[in-house]
This record gives sequence, structure tokens and C-alpha cells, in this order.
Amino acid sequence: MGKDSHPTDIECIRDISPEVLLSMYAEMLRMREVEERLAEMISKGEVRCPTHLYTGQEAVAVGVCKTLRNDDYVFGNHRSHGHYLAKGGDLKQMVAEILGKKTGCSKGRGGSMHLVAPEVGFMGTSAMVGSSIPLAVGAAIAFAMQETQRIAVTFFGDGATDEGVFCESLNLAALRKAPVIFVCENNLYSTHMHIRDRKPADNIPDIAKAHCIPATRIDGNDVCVVHKTAREAVQNARQGKGPALIECRTYRWRGHVGPNYDLDKGLRSKEELDEWMARCPIRLLEARLIKDAILTQAEASRLHKKVTDEVDDAVAWARESPMPSESELSDYVLK
Amino acid sequence: MARLLSYGMAINEATRQLMDEDELVFLIGQGVNSPWYVGDTTMGLKDRFGSQRVFDTPVSENAVTGVAIGAALAGMRPIVVHPRMDFALLANEQIFNQASSMYYMFGGRVSAPLVIRAIINRGGEQAAQHSQALQAIYTHSPGLKVVMPSTPYDAKGLLIASIRDNSPVVYVDDRWLYDDTGDVPEEIYEVPIGKGALRKKGHDVTVVATSYMSVQAMKAAEDLATHGIEVEVIDVRSLKPLDKELILESVAKTGRLVVADGGWMTCGFAAEISAMVASTVFESLKAPILRVALPDTPAPMSRALEKAYYPTATSIASAVKRVLDWSPSSQRVALRHHSSRECLS
Repeated sequence: MGKDSHPTDIECIRDISPEVLLSMYAEMLRMREVEERLAEMISKGEVRCPTHLYTGQEAVAVGVCKTLRNDDYVFGNHRSHGHYLAKGGDLKQMVAEILGKKTGCSKGRGGSMHLVAPEVGFMGTSAMVGSSIPLAVGAAIAFAMQETQRIAVTFFGDGATDEGVFCESLNLAALRKAPVIFVCENNLYSTHMHIRDRKPADNIPDIAKAHCIPATRIDGNDVCVVHKTAREAVQNARQGKGPALIECRTYRWRGHVGPNYDLDKGLRSKEELDEWMARCPIRLLEARLIKDAILTQAEASRLHKKVTDEVDDAVAWARESPMPSESELSDYVLK
Repeated sequence: MARLLSYGMAINEATRQLMDEDELVFLIGQGVNSPWYVGDTTMGLKDRFGSQRVFDTPVSENAVTGVAIGAALAGMRPIVVHPRMDFALLANEQIFNQASSMYYMFGGRVSAPLVIRAIINRGGEQAAQHSQALQAIYTHSPGLKVVMPSTPYDAKGLLIASIRDNSPVVYVDDRWLYDDTGDVPEEIYEVPIGKGALRKKGHDVTVVATSYMSVQAMKAAEDLATHGIEVEVIDVRSLKPLDKELILESVAKTGRLVVADGGWMTCGFAAEISAMVASTVFESLKAPILRVALPDTPAPMSRALEKAYYPTATSIASAVKRVLDWSPSSQRVALRHHSSRECLS
């Protein structure tokens, strides 16, 4: 990773309190449990809306959002269950939304690709690739104009960096020294296309640097590295030092959309998937926490049971929730 | 006592007064400090409010509009300026997928209260990419309000109402109107969005018109009055929400309708008004509805062609006469002569 690389996880973990480490571990566990449950529900036909699972990328959402305040804004993308949950969005309302229920976070108008939780600063996710990047820049400019210390974060994939609006947004953010963090989750694929088929070089941080924005490439599967890197960027942004880009190298286990692995389609190799699954962000942290005696195997099992119960409850609640009624079709068109 | 102000300065005054009143209001867009881009509508604002609140931007229409939407989500009241509507097309991704969809898509939990000023800036041999009047496409999208002032009074009052509105509003101003003067009160006032204006009463034919075409409709009405034809002129002002009652009541009275809009004929705003009227008060109609709009041709350059391209008061007067002269036997002749253009004299 050369000069862009970040201190190793061993240094990072010492900078993070045991409470924060355990809380990040629990959040990642819960996130994984939800996504794997949704995968089953998609396979059974219970979930029908386009659903892009976050399995494998948990460390990015959790590591970044753990550094944020409740009133900071986060903007997501089509693969944003993790961001919603990490920012504090209600789990039950998310599952209900994905099932198209009236009790969903977007009242059954959005689905998996359009989650929102303004009460915790999660300002919505967009199916249009790259489309929420300028929204975060705008919110950040607004926070600066209002002389608050709030910041905005936009999560997007490597595919979004192929959109013109990405560069336009970097430029505007740098021009105004906006307190915004660009978090690029580089999972190597834009739907079916590998980054080598889309870019002359795998150099996303360089694009930010060309716009005078400090940028770092880090291991997105190491939640400690993500957390520490984000913490610095957030602190700088709050102090008026302007934007930053963090490229988190990571991998989605499931295919672009739905529960399958896209292996049968010849889009990627089993070896590649296995390699990344061996670097599971949850197991990486779990092993470290047990090694450092911050977590015991028994506690890990208990936490796993706890999140499983929580997901059970959320799914049950969502299933029992009513569908929106036809008479409500045109509610919420104009305010 | 009346105070005369130009349409352009009425926009300027509304912007200044609301920026004075509310520090959350700010201006963002290309050329907000450049007199040749936006006429006098932003003149002096940077000196008064500084470059933070009068944000002259690089040529990045989509991101700039996204920034305005994001700022609105963070509590601001942005006015994003597209000095030519043609350039707003580059921002349509943000306008349609974000601003317009957001309130619905998120179940009413977030909304983006911003004003998108899309300026019609045609004529002067500017050709196809500097002349478009695209109000129809914005009116097509459910989550946007669309207003088009035709007088200095409305230019100010509608802009104030738009800034204070909680939905995204596309405010279409027309450079051909910038030098028109009229009575504009000095105080802050709103012209309500969703209310049309009855500009002239008449009992023979209703002319429903938008923006600059309302001004042309008034000229046509004056001319026709000298020939004993009394036209009722309705200035739409708010394309969405639309003041349907005002239009329907008038057509119920006159039984004849001409719709004049400065956009293209096909799938244009005039088509929407025609369909709305025909499907609601069909029994009142004594003649077919005629549209006065642009031919389905990109804007030409040469002044000789521009003259043929843009409808005028004469086009409207001609349509009014045809509607009045209509009889079942005349219809076939009319159709043969006007197969693609219902009414371009």
C-alpha cells in the first residue's frame, strides 16, 4: 500500500477503548445476522425489492459511524443496510421497509435502496450511483455556514467514482473546505465489472488528491484501522480543516444484488471469494479481542445469541406489520 | 403610491429581502456574480452578503444542484440558479431523482425546500442549446412545484413564496421579460403558489397562457377587442399545482379555449391544459381547443428563422379567430392545413 498505508491494526487497537471495540464487534455481528437472514428471505421470495447485501463490508460502516455524533449526517447508496444500522437506524423499521410495510422507515415507499432515519442523522440512500455524494457536500457546506461543528459523511462504492458527479463534488468540497468525509468502499466490482475493466489504474485516492483533498487507502476489513482513520478525518473536518477521502479496500461476499454469489455467472472466482472470506472483518476482530482478553468465547456466543434474538424479533414485527393501504398511494408527494 | 420596478430587479429585490430576513437563504450557481449570465437579478448581492452566501460556482450543474439539495436537508433555504434552462438539463439527475423523489421515497420524513431558478434565455440567434423552454418536463415530475411569473409583481411575490415553500420549486424566469416594468410593492409579500391570475375578462374565448405568452396574450386580446372580440386571459403563473378551477370556470363560460405556451407543442404544457379541460368540461366546449406553442423543431439560429419559430401575439390572435370561426364543416379544412401545427400563423 506504499506511503498511503495506515499504521497496522496492532497499533490501532491500542488506541481504541475496550468498550468501543466490543460495541463495534456487537454491531458487526448484528449487521451480519440481519443480512444473512435477509438473504434467506430473498431466496424464499419473501423479500422482493432489489436488495444489495452488505455482508463482508461491515467494518467500514461500523468503523466510520462509531466516530460520528448523532447530529452528523450520513448519506448512503444502494447497498446501505449497514450504514443505516451503524448510524443508529431502527432495525425493525428497516426490515419492515424491505418488506414494503407501512411501519417501514420510509413507510413502504422506498424499500431496501431507500432507507432513512433523520432522527439519527441518516439522511437517506440512493439507487442512483454517486447521486448522494453532492448531498453530503451540500449538508457539510450548510453546517459550516451555520457555524456548527457538525460534519457529513457519504458512503459510496468504487463504481460511483466513475460518475462525473464524484469529481464535481470533490472539487466543490475542496473549494469550500467543506467538513465532509468521502468514504469509498472499494469492493472491486461495479455490478458485474471489475475495477481493472473500468479504470486505467486502481487509484481512487489519487483522484481526491488531484482535487487537493487528503486521501488514504486502508484495509476496509479491519474495523480498528477504519475507526482510527475515520476518527482523524472527522476531527480534522470538525476543526475546519476540510474534507478527506478514505478508500476502504473490502469485498462483498454476496453478488451485486440478491442472495447469490455471482460465481456461476463467471463474474469472479471462487478463489477470490474464499480469500476475502478468510479475511472476514468480524472474525478478524473477534480473534484479536479474544487474544487480548477483551472478549471470551462464552461472551462471543452470548452476543451472537442476543443479536439472533433481536433479528428474530425484528423480522416477526415486520411480518406482522400492515401493508400501506391503497388510499395512501399519493400521500407524501408535495409538502 | 405605485413604485415601478423591472422584472429583473423584482427578482433581485425578493432575493435580497429574503436573504436579509433569513440567514438560511443563500444563492448558489454559475454566474451569480456575472452580469451577462443572469441580467441584473443578482446584481449587488455578493457585495451585500459575501461570497459564502452568494456562491458563484464552477460549471458543475449536477453537483451544484446536489449541494443545494443537501444544504436544504441541513436546514438551509437555497436558491440554485441555472442561467440557461438548457444547462439545468445537466442537473436533472439531481432534480428528478433526488429533489423531486425524496419526500415520497422516504415516506414524508425528509424534504428538500429549495428553489431552482431555470432561466429561459432565448432569441438573439443563440440556437438550439441556448434557447430551450423546458417547463413541461419539470411539470411532468410529481414532486416538483413549477412557477412562471409574467409580471414584475409576480416575479417578486412568487419568488418569495417559492423560497418559503417546503417543497422543491422550479422557478422559471424569462429574460425576455427582464426589462418589463410594473408596480412592485417595496415590502415583502407572497403571490401564492397554485393560484392563476385572471388578467382580462371576456366572454368569447378563453386564452390560457404561461409567462411571456401571457404578455403576448394580453396584446392579442387588446387587438381583438378593437374587432369586437372579447378574450378572457388567464395567466397560469403556477404550472403545478395548477389552478384548475380558474381555467375550468372560464371555459365553462366561454366554451372556447386557446392555450399558449412557449415550449414545444408535443407533450407540452399546452397539451396538458387541453387534456385537462377536454376531459373535465367537454360538454361546455363549442369548438376544438387550439394550442399555440413552438413547432417540433430545435431552436434555429438565423434571425430569419427565429422570426418564424417563436409564436407572438399575432399567433394567438389568429388561433382565437380560428376557434371562433370553427364549425363542423370548417374543421376538415383546418386539419388539412395544420396537420402538424395546430396554430402558427
